[in-house]
Amino acid sequence: MASYSTNEFRSGLKVMLDGDPCAILENEFVKPGKGQAFNRVRLRNLKTGRVWERTFRSGESLEGADVVDKDMQYLYTDGEHWHFMEPDTFEQHQADAAVVGEAAPWLSEQDTCVVTLYNGAPLAVAPPNHVELTIVETDPGLKGDTAQGGTKPATLSTGAVVKVPLFLNEGEVVRVDTRTGEYLGRARD
Amino acid sequence: MEIDPPALGSTGVTDVHIESMRLAGMPGAYLQTSPEYYLKRLLARGFEAVYSLGKAFRQGEQGRYHHPEFTLLEWYRPGWDEYRLMAEVQELIVATGAREQRPKLAVSTHSFSEVFADATGIDPHAPPPQTLQKLASDIAGRDCNHEDDSICLDLIFSLRVEPVLPRGLCFLHDYPVCQAALAATAENADGQVVARRFEVFWDGLELANGYFELTDVEELGRRFQADNQRRLTRGQATVPVDEKLLAAINEGLPPCAGVALGVDRLLMKFTGSEAIQQVLAFTDPFDLA
Repeated sequence: MASYSTNEFRSGLKVMLDGDPCAILENEFVKPGKGQAFNRVRLRNLKTGRVWERTFRSGESLEGADVVDKDMQYLYTDGEHWHFMEPDTFEQHQADAAVVGEAAPWLSEQDTCVVTLYNGAPLAVAPPNHVELTIVETDPGLKGDTAQGGTKPATLSTGAVVKVPLFLNEGEVVRVDTRTGEYLGRARD
Repeated sequence: MEIDPPALGSTGVTDVHIESMRLAGMPGAYLQTSPEYYLKRLLARGFEAVYSLGKAFRQGEQGRYHHPEFTLLEWYRPGWDEYRLMAEVQELIVATGAREQRPKLAVSTHSFSEVFADATGIDPHAPPPQTLQKLASDIAGRDCNHEDDSICLDLIFSLRVEPVLPRGLCFLHDYPVCQAALAATAENADGQVVARRFEVFWDGLELANGYFELTDVEELGRRFQADNQRRLTRGQATVPVDEKLLAAINEGLPPCAGVALGVDRLLMKFTGSEAIQQVLAFTDPFDLA
């Protein structure tokens, strides 16, 4: 991989730091008039999700990380691994629970996800921002209670539990924002 | 007297932390990082107080408070010391805009060691071995144990001290001798050798840097050589020493104080801007950098 100097640090650039792949979030140039210039950099460790703040001398460089985001189709899970396929090459990748993480309850078969590959192996999985899933379990709907704004828990086909309005019933399809876990509305079809 | 010194000179500055821009079409020419050497050559020829309001250029300095081409107001007062000049800087800032913008602008004056020790507990003139390196490592989030004291002072000052400087105008004087640049040195009240250098901050933003100027030509020559030595060890290109400046100072630079004030940053403070680009009408040559 190429290496990148502090003046090439941009938000989104993937670099290696302490042996882990990181994404640069922010890069601030700091320099006393007559002194050494520094770059104060915030990076997200892509393995742990933790945010690091590091200060480098301007002109220092970091090795680029072989990290690419790819759209892939989610195929299925065998309980231990989740399987994804690149739509253009049909190449398949398997990811374990540590990689899939919080994306797991939002994955439904055939959906297109963003899989982050590090040195060719899955590092993280991002589900679509919005998914449509069927309610498989919830208390019976209360007719005429549309105005109250009350909610109840509903279990969706993928196992995710979200709060939905009281009037919804099992079998209905809802739209959910996977970033917040919030119910957005009934799916229109 | 107002002077309009050249923007292009036959050499740059040796200072390891300031890189001059070069012209591809004119090898040997350097865009000036400040008008200092030209103004000092005039002072050595007997000019009285001189000033220049013009553009300065510094390679690679780009950020929220930096622009590679910026405006400097620089002036020299023969016969003055740095304290008298600090008072004039204050007068100028208040008269040019602070009176309207910030009628109750607080003004404070401290020694560098006072604010540094307040923020860190360390005496910057006599730090116990490795204390600066240890604190710098904590602040930087990485190992700084191999860095020299001056680099650690810069890092600690920029990230730990500057943010807690007194609000309003803050004048700092008596800098660590390793950061003397072109200032004369002297002993402070505690018998420590310090640089007769001062800086001006407004709400923690550095606006100006000044010296009671070094007039000893041999010491100046030694500092230039030491700069180039450091450049070599840091892997930077050396810069030809400005022989015309040395010759002029050899003829005799009168005792004087000088200061350079960043006009764009002053405008930022007058207008309440968050970034230097907000006070520049055009930034296009650097937008791609």
